Amino acid sequence: MPALVLQNVRKTYPSGDSEIVALDRANLEVPDDQILALVGPSGSGKTTLLSIAGGLLSATEGHVVVGGHDITEYSAKQLTEFRRAEVGFVFQTVNLVPFLTARENVMVATELAGRGNEKATRARADQLLEELGLAHRAENLPAQLSGGERQRVAIGRALMNEPKLILVDEPTSALDTSLGNQVMALIVGEVKQRSTAAIIVTHDTRMTHYADRTVEITDGILAA
Amino acid sequence: MRLALRELRRSRRRFVPTTVALALLVVLLLMLGGLLDGLYIGSTGALRSQDDELVAFDRAARESTLRSRVEPATRAEIEAVPGVRSTSGFGIALVGADVPRTDELADAAVMGYEGRVGGVPAPPAPGRAWADRSLEARGVRIGDVVRVGPTRIPLRVIGWVDDTNYLQQGGLWVEPGTWRTVLAESRPGAAVGDDVFQNVWIDVASGADPLRVAAAIDAATGTTRTITRAEAVLALPGIREQNATFTQIIGVTFLVAGLVVALFFALLTLERTPMLGVLKALGASSRQLVGALMTQTVAVTVVAFVVGGVVALGLDRLIPPEVPLVVTPGRALFVAVGIFVAAVIGGAVSLRRIIRIDPASAIGTGT
Ligand SMILES: Nc1ncnc2c1ncn2[C@@H]1O[C@H](COP(=O)(O)OP(=O)(O)OP(=O)(O)O)[C@@H](O)[C@H]1O
Ligand SMILES: [Mg+2]
Repeated sequence: MPALVLQNVRKTYPSGDSEIVALDRANLEVPDDQILALVGPSGSGKTTLLSIAGGLLSATEGHVVVGGHDITEYSAKQLTEFRRAEVGFVFQTVNLVPFLTARENVMVATELAGRGNEKATRARADQLLEELGLAHRAENLPAQLSGGERQRVAIGRALMNEPKLILVDEPTSALDTSLGNQVMALIVGEVKQRSTAAIIVTHDTRMTHYADRTVEITDGILAA
Repeated sequence: MRLALRELRRSRRRFVPTTVALALLVVLLLMLGGLLDGLYIGSTGALRSQDDELVAFDRAARESTLRSRVEPATRAEIEAVPGVRSTSGFGIALVGADVPRTDELADAAVMGYEGRVGGVPAPPAPGRAWADRSLEARGVRIGDVVRVGPTRIPLRVIGWVDDTNYLQQGGLWVEPGTWRTVLAESRPGAAVGDDVFQNVWIDVASGADPLRVAAAIDAATGTTRTITRAEAVLALPGIREQNATFTQIIGVTFLVAGLVVALFFALLTLERTPMLGVLKALGASSRQLVGALMTQTVAVTVVAFVVGGVVALGLDRLIPPEVPLVVTPGRALFVAVGIFVAAVIGGAVSLRRIIRIDPASAIGTGT
């Protein structure tokens, strides 16, 4: 079963009398263990596509199927639940919760779900931090971490709930090239190890060699 | 919930100013309420402790005990009205009392009564008095002879009674003859003859409607004005004004408390909108985030109430006994509930903003 299927997905924003077409009849299928790089110029619709795939935005037209669930008609409440359980996000701006330690930030989505046993959750978070090279930083607050370390915590946060689809929006734009490469390698390594699907948005074509497949987008239109 | 409490613990400092402000408002509310209660209690005890439901004044006295006179003939007319079971004469003389071992005069209200006063035993022998316990703070001891009025009429204190003061003057309960002597000596112009009282309290027969009986009494005598005990309490000088003024100040203080909470949490919400967007993107429901805000509101309020309460109790100790401040559990509960409601309403102002935060804002579309 593919991790993501987009069928004729359109997203438009009203703009005065006319409308802005952010995504135009996009068709895309991502197999369940594929890492896809989405590249395109600024304003081409990359973030829009990612948001629709992750249930942050609703499509104007078309169908969105994630891991076999057709989320097209989901209510806001169902989408909230869906995001918590099925997808992992890594945002462009890291946005960790400032008053939570690295470990607690990794655990935050699990705590929001309010289930599971505390000990197992904690053990899992510690294991992730270990893999991300942050074992010694588990007790630190975001303000005490470097930019790269924060981005790594955010990766741990995205992986924590074992999502079927990982969505990453320009993870390296705030980092320098070598750090960017490191973070990208880390994401790819983690995703590969779990054989889950991922879409990684980047405008930096040097990063695309990390992906199994590269798709280009221009003015809201996907190139085959 | 856990998130909210963690933030409170970790970012304690940012919640401190608001908590302190709220705690000060709690102190203010407890003090204002305590003062209002103290003034009320200290002014009205002598009337509230009466057993009887109705009280008759001379109509010309306009419901003032000190100005009123009820002659024995009038009293006989009252007693003849159907529904009247019995009557008790009552009178007050406001005097200064010379207390042994002290230099200052204590304000006292010498009350002549015939019985039927709750918590006060039967009238003592001439020259003796039951004293209100508040006089203890002015140096009065049981067995003391206090001297009242300009001619220093001696009264021997034979025991304590509680909550029987009149217009902040300590109650001294004596038999009618002693009261008439004190009244004649302290205010010669106001002296009354034998068997004359200022008020007559009326015991209404069970089953009779007090208001009808009161109307019948006034119709029968033609010279009296008969009102209920509750009306007599409110007719005391200043009581209505006091209640209205304090109630307004207390209301405004609750309003300020609500505004403090509303403003603080509105700013806090505004400041952490990006973070709340991220939490929503990660699967936090609006309900969870609103719950977190309300948890913090309640936690801040509870801490503020406890701190404010402790400070108020401390101040209560420091404030001299002359200040009529009485902090009752009922008043504390009133303030607790009031501040809680004000805070919850204040916190709820941010509710809409939280609900409307778009989870998509986390990923930066459109913003
Ligand atoms: N909320 C919105 N309202 C109106 N137009 C929007 C909104 N969000 C995005 N757009 C428009 O949709 C188009 C696609 O935006 P999107 O954010 O997907 O681009 P992007 O490829 O992620 O660009 P970048 O590389 O700069 O992040 C743009 O023209 C943008 O202006
Ligand atoms: Mg973008």
